[in-house]
Amino acid sequence: MSKIVLKGVLTAFLGAVLTCGSAFAADTIKIGVPGAHSGELASYGLPTLNAVNLVVDEYNAKGGILGKQIEVIAFDDACKAEIATNAATKLISDGVVGIIGHICSPAGKAAMPLYNNAKIVAISGSITSPSMTLSGENPYFFRTVANDTASAVAGADYVINALQAKKVAILHDNSEYGKGYAEQAAENLKKSGSVEVVLFEAITPGAADYSSVIRKVRNVKAEVLMWGGYYPEASKLLSNMNSLDAVIPMIGPDGLKDQGFVELAGADAENVYASGPTDTSANPVSKYYAEKHQAKYGAAPGAFFDNGISAAIALLNAIEKAGTTDSAKIIDALHKEDVETAVGTIHFDEHGDAVGVGMSIYQIQNGQYVEMK
Amino acid sequence: MDWQYFLEILFSGLTRGSIYALIALGYTMVYGIIELINFAHGEIYMLGAFTAFIVAGILGSMGYSAGAILIIGAFVAILWCVAYGYTIEKIAYKPLRGQSRLAPLISAIGMSIFLQNYVQLAQTAEFLRFPVRMPRLEFLDIFGGILRSTDFVILATSAVIMVCLSVFIRYTKLGKAMRATAQNRKMAMLLGIDADKIISLTFIIGSGLAALGGTLIATHTMQVGFGIGFIAGMKAFTAAVLGGIGSIPGAMVGGLVLGLAESFTTGYFAGDYEDVLAFVLLVLILIFRPSGIMGKAKVQKV
Repeated sequence: MSKIVLKGVLTAFLGAVLTCGSAFAADTIKIGVPGAHSGELASYGLPTLNAVNLVVDEYNAKGGILGKQIEVIAFDDACKAEIATNAATKLISDGVVGIIGHICSPAGKAAMPLYNNAKIVAISGSITSPSMTLSGENPYFFRTVANDTASAVAGADYVINALQAKKVAILHDNSEYGKGYAEQAAENLKKSGSVEVVLFEAITPGAADYSSVIRKVRNVKAEVLMWGGYYPEASKLLSNMNSLDAVIPMIGPDGLKDQGFVELAGADAENVYASGPTDTSANPVSKYYAEKHQAKYGAAPGAFFDNGISAAIALLNAIEKAGTTDSAKIIDALHKEDVETAVGTIHFDEHGDAVGVGMSIYQIQNGQYVEMK
Repeated sequence: MDWQYFLEILFSGLTRGSIYALIALGYTMVYGIIELINFAHGEIYMLGAFTAFIVAGILGSMGYSAGAILIIGAFVAILWCVAYGYTIEKIAYKPLRGQSRLAPLISAIGMSIFLQNYVQLAQTAEFLRFPVRMPRLEFLDIFGGILRSTDFVILATSAVIMVCLSVFIRYTKLGKAMRATAQNRKMAMLLGIDADKIISLTFIIGSGLAALGGTLIATHTMQVGFGIGFIAGMKAFTAAVLGGIGSIPGAMVGGLVLGLAESFTTGYFAGDYEDVLAFVLLVLILIFRPSGIMGKAKVQKV
């Protein structure tokens, strides 16, 4: 008896789902949101899902885009490459117009070939691996988060344009982080043509004294020292510069944007520059959605929320501007149309990285990080 | 040839080398007497820096001048570390005397790990800023930046210490007893020398020198941390081997040679190869002089 009832309910339910599906299929624009929605990495993935839902609600309340309502299809990929390919296959077969995600680099790297083949645009708010865009293999990949080279690009840019240095010394600590920053910075400085990298060297972390290398920096007449590494060594270099009367401006990666650095280097840290993510807390779009999030979910938004908001806005805006769901036109709009987002006014460069997002240069003034405009 | 730059790099090397030498003396003296490589020695250097840091913090808040703080800080650091060195020998090495040579060696490594973790837990895992900088000595300005106050103070202190130590070892009764114990402990004991006391004295002197080195470097790099003893200890040990482990002048020469090699590698080649060239030098010297620059080849008694 009960079995029969259950069967009946199930059939009715399935029927309802199926009819719903087919009824909406023609009239909705589907957005896929793959990411870690459960498990230990959920705190990275859920804020983006919430962000997309909030933005979509906002658009739907205004009547949707291209005269259609927008439908969000979430898929939990647990940040795993093997599940991400399943997610991509499922979402593509569901007929999504665009993807907001993935959340993690391995998942994104595994899924992107599928989206490239299916000609579906994917915008991530959290994948920072430089090769995702810079390799040129993913013409359908875009992101609203600064990639890992952005720190060095911003630093080099500041040295060229704001400090207007002609001779720059670059030191690093031979770590993946520090050397990566140093190499990227050197490449960008050389590209400018106006700056000469007069010294590019590693130092030994933990050494008791860096006076030789500081004397070398002085001897090659460097005007700016770029440091690729963490702050304990930066502090020692500064102390050595100070006791040698060889103080020149120092600029470093986000490793130097840490209050611990100011405490350790004390007065020596004054006027040092460090790159760091641009402060978006004053952005009106960011504020608006943070309040919405608070109202709907009863909590402050989590990691990459602003980037997720921006990815969703950028995608929907591009579809609207393109006037079609044809991916070639959407991509065209992503490149060309400036859009107001939670991370500022952005468009996407030829690689798919957002221009106008990410890194600012901060200077330590009276023990505080002050954003340089 | 840019002589100004050459001299700058030379002084950088000498400064670095004299710190290595100060620490290396502790390694070499202990090895000379009980043939033990005291791996906890680098940690004594770290403790010295930490003690000076704490003293400087207290005195700084009482309004003492930088010079006074450094002198008192160094003095307290030396006293404190002497106590540590003495105690470590009594706890970790003395009970193992007469055992296989590996036993105290492992005990030394254990002591080193213990001290690092102890400071990390009891103090902090963070780097801390040393509160006072080496005061600027105006009269050095005539050298036009070649010799700055840190170089001068470190060089001068090390030179004085080394002369005193040499005089002590060569001309005093205790020094003579030390040399006798180093040459042949059993014979020295037969002649009425208290070997235990001499061994303690060796640890006391070595620890005091390491503490002094730690204080000097802390005022120079302006930071202390629980891990700073490891690399300093390794470099100093290398210097001791380079100069001929067991030989006191050898430790001084070894420290200076290592410091100069590193400094000139950085100055005229690239900082990337600082350690590489320094250790290539070590290997080369040991190939041609297996017992180090000043070490005496041991005659194997059969």
